[in-house]
Order: sequence, then structure tokens, then C-alpha cells
Amino acid sequence: MAGSASGALQDDLASRPGRDTLVSSLIRWGFIATSLVFLAALLLAPLVTVFATALSHGIRPYLDSFADPDTVAAIRLTLTTALIVVPTNTVFGLCAAWAIAKFEFHGKSFLITLIDLPLAISPVISGMVYVFVFGLHGWFGVWLQEHDISIIFALPGIVLATMLVTFPYVARELIPLMQQLGNDEEEAAITLGAGGWLTFFRVTLPKVRWGLVYGVILCNARAMGEFGAVSVVSGHINGLTLTMPLRVENLYHEYNFVGAFGVASLLTLLALLTLIVKTLVERTGYRRR
Amino acid sequence: MATVRQASVLPGFGLTFGFTTFFLCTIVLIPLAALVLKTGGMQWHDFVHVVLSPRAIGSYRLSFGASFLAATINLVFGFIIAWTLVRYDFPGRRLIDALIDMPFALPTAVSGIALTTVFADNGWIGQYLEPFGIKVAYTWIGVTLALTLISMPFAVRSVQPALLEVQRDLEDAAETLGAGRFYVFRRIILPTVLPALLTGFTLAFARAVGEYGSVIFIAGNLPMKTEITPLLIVIRLEEYDYKGAAALGFVMLLISFVVLLTINLLQAWGRRRLVRVGR
Repeated sequence: MAGSASGALQDDLASRPGRDTLVSSLIRWGFIATSLVFLAALLLAPLVTVFATALSHGIRPYLDSFADPDTVAAIRLTLTTALIVVPTNTVFGLCAAWAIAKFEFHGKSFLITLIDLPLAISPVISGMVYVFVFGLHGWFGVWLQEHDISIIFALPGIVLATMLVTFPYVARELIPLMQQLGNDEEEAAITLGAGGWLTFFRVTLPKVRWGLVYGVILCNARAMGEFGAVSVVSGHINGLTLTMPLRVENLYHEYNFVGAFGVASLLTLLALLTLIVKTLVERTGYRRR
Repeated sequence: MATVRQASVLPGFGLTFGFTTFFLCTIVLIPLAALVLKTGGMQWHDFVHVVLSPRAIGSYRLSFGASFLAATINLVFGFIIAWTLVRYDFPGRRLIDALIDMPFALPTAVSGIALTTVFADNGWIGQYLEPFGIKVAYTWIGVTLALTLISMPFAVRSVQPALLEVQRDLEDAAETLGAGRFYVFRRIILPTVLPALLTGFTLAFARAVGEYGSVIFIAGNLPMKTEITPLLIVIRLEEYDYKGAAALGFVMLLISFVVLLTINLLQAWGRRRLVRVGR
């Protein structure tokens, strides 16, 4: 999946004059109209609905819905989860990219395929596998119960499931980027006597910073928004193990639409913020590979 | 696997490679092995019984049918949108280009409840479809719609860079020499973007088959009718029927592998074609 196609080239092509006949104009406006109608019905209408429903009883009930202690707990749980998952996967992404881009070894493409694997798996399966490992009937279930440790239906399970789902996000941005940028600067730094850490922080990190930002914001958006995988391991205990997306479901099924779309509106704002940062990163000339 | 083939002056191979494989095994491989072993512990007879039960087959039909339909819709509209963004200049083009990725960034539960509200009988769009007897929410049409939304960026983002590769000079030359519009499309544009179109189709299909969050709100979740396979897995888990859930998960995992392999082959084919036309 390439990201947004590189801006300059696309602007150049889009503004290039074509044949100016009646048929050309008809085709042109037909294409534009079809695209706009399709996107308006599928993308824009649901987006506007989120805010329209959240504010359907006015601004006061909307703001009050965030005072609900269970909603507050859900927001806190989502932030905690993201705070653990995103840095961990970022460190992993940097490690994987360093090992894969800087060195030659056998089985490299196989390793890359394995790193991308979670993208191809249904989120439901990503949650379920942890039930088989840590659940009561899983590998460590009895042992965990004897030692009074809860993983499934508790924070550790939610963190693990989220980590699996967002596992490739940073790595898949950094690996191709580091491979393309090459090792010349790093080799020069090491040859001139810089240590490994110094080289990493002063040479590599500045080189890949936009790719890193890109990967981290996408990882964060998915971590905060994950539903399927977390749903399987959460146990749905209101106020304890409901993340924001699960709280949306919970309120929606209670027919509390202002509350459900209220939480949904926060998640939508997060998504919009993610897109804005992503677009700004692309403006710097960063392009997904 | 962990043998460095060529000596490098750069340090840190042991540390980074070690951590990468350790973390990969802990988070991804060992848990997936648990699923495979859980399935492997079943009698063949029981496995077949679960995997080929009428309810399971009903769910495959919906999951794969609706995903195939959604990917096909995106094949057509993804091309139209990508073409519009690459070839035409109009007010708001850059904004729309940025919005294409919305389904990636928007949590699936939010897409689910929002789509259901828009397409319910009394919703903004649903109320105009209802008089024609078209029910979207709580039917297979709704499932297809949700899958179309969440897999749309894959189709557009695959085709967009390929369209940039099409040589405008060739098109102009062909038109100058008297080729018709459709001929130019069929002989110049289509061959260049075909691998990207198919890759986009497969990626969209892969994403749609596993989707859960957005679908369960808009589907009626009736067994045999509007119940997708991931939901059936969740139901089996909630019944503590772990083996049943594992068997269904195993089937989906196998299909994911086949799709992943297809994507790799398609991308390799696309690269070879670009090399052949001298890019």
C-alpha cells in the first residue's frame, strides 16, 4: 500500500491541460461527480452523523456525557493501553529496521513477511490466540489462577492483543525507508570513532524522523481504535475493562446514542488529527515506499 | 538464520536481531502456534464437523461473498477515484486526497455505528432507499457497504501511484496517430495499472474478510443469514467452545496465508512488468 501519491508529480499531472472537447469535458465531470457522490455517501455522511447525533440534544448533554465515570474509566484505559503499546512497538520497529536494513543475513525476506503477518490476520483471531495461551483453559491458565494473576479479561490481555494488532505499523515504515537511505553516513560516523548509540541518535534517527512520526501516529490511531481483538480479551466489565471503542458499543446497545456518539466523536477527532499530522508529514516530502 | 553474511563496520546486529526475533516470537508466533496446536489437538472428524457445519458454511458464504463484492465495487470506484485525483484538478482535490485514508484512521466501531445510523430506515440516506424496498441496515447489503468503506483506501492507494507511472506522452502519441479513447485506455493505461488494480483488489478482499468491528453493528447477526465468520468465532468463544473457535480461526488463517501469497506474487509481477516497459 503506497500512501498518498507524491504531491508534486500528482499536482503536475492533474493541472496538465487535456483535450478540450465536449466529450472530454463530459468524461471529466462524470468522473469527478461519481467520485464525489461515492465518497460523500460512504465517508462524509457517516463522519457528519457522528457529530450530528452526539450534539442532537444540544451541547450540554454532550458535555455531560463525558462526566459518566464509566466513560472516564474507558478513556483512561485507552490512554494507558496506548501509552504502553505505542512506545514498545516503536522500540521494536527501530530494532527490526536496524537489523534488517543495516545487515545482510539469510531469511531476511521471510522475517519481513512474518513482521507483516498481523496485518493479514482477522483482529478476532489476534485476540483469540491470547485466550488460548493465558485463558483459564489455555496453556498457562491454571498456573496463572493459582498465582492469582489475571491476564485475560484484564489490562495485560488488552495490552497484548493491541500490541499484536499494531505490531507491524512502525517497522513497516522504517524498514524500506532505512534500506533506501543506505548506510554510508552511519559507516562514516563509526569509522570516525563514534559509538553505536551516538551514531544511532545523531545520524540515523534524524534521517528517518518523518518515517518514524508517520509510523507512530498510525500505530497510535490503531491502538486507540482497535475493537475486534480487544473485544475478545476484554470480558466487557463496565468501568474496568472497556476501552473507548468498547464503551461506544456498550452505550450504543443501551440506546444511549448521545453517550455512544459522544465517545465516538472523540475517536473521530483523533482520526482527523491523525490524518492532519499524516498530511503534514507528507508535505515534508516523505513518501511511503 | 542469524549469520551475518558480510562483515559490517556497524554495531548492534546481535542486540537488534535478537530483540526483533524474541519480540516477534513472544507477541506473534507463539500465540499463533497456540491456535494451530489447539486445532491440531482435535479429532479429524470433529474438525470437519465444526468447519463444515451449515452455520459455518452460511457464515463463509456471507463473509467471502460480501468481501468479494466489496472488493469488486472498490476495484471500479477505486479506479475512478484514483483517476480523478491523479488526472483532474478541481476545488478540494487535496482535501479529498487526504480524506481517502479516513477508514484507516477511524476506529471500526465508529464506522459501524455511523454507517448504521445513516443507512437505517429513518437515516439520512436509508429513508430514500426504503420506499424502493431497499433495506441496507441489518441485511447483507449493509455488510457489503461496511466492508466497502473499510477496504476502500487499499484500492485507491494501490492504483494511484500506478496511474502516475502511465506515460502521458504515449497516450498523446497514440491519440495523434488516431487511436480512440477506449483503445488508448485498453492498450496503454490498463496494461500499466493492471497489477496495481489486482493488488488493490486482493488487499481490499483480505482486509474485508477479517473485518469485525464495523460489520457487527450494521449486520442483523442472524445465523445463516447475516452472521459473518469472525462473529461466529466470537460466539463460539463466548460459549467456551474453544475448539470450535480454534477450528474456524484456523480456516480463516489458512485463507489469509493464501491471500498473502497472492499479494506477494501480484506485486512481484507488477515490478517485473514495470522493468519490462523500461521504468
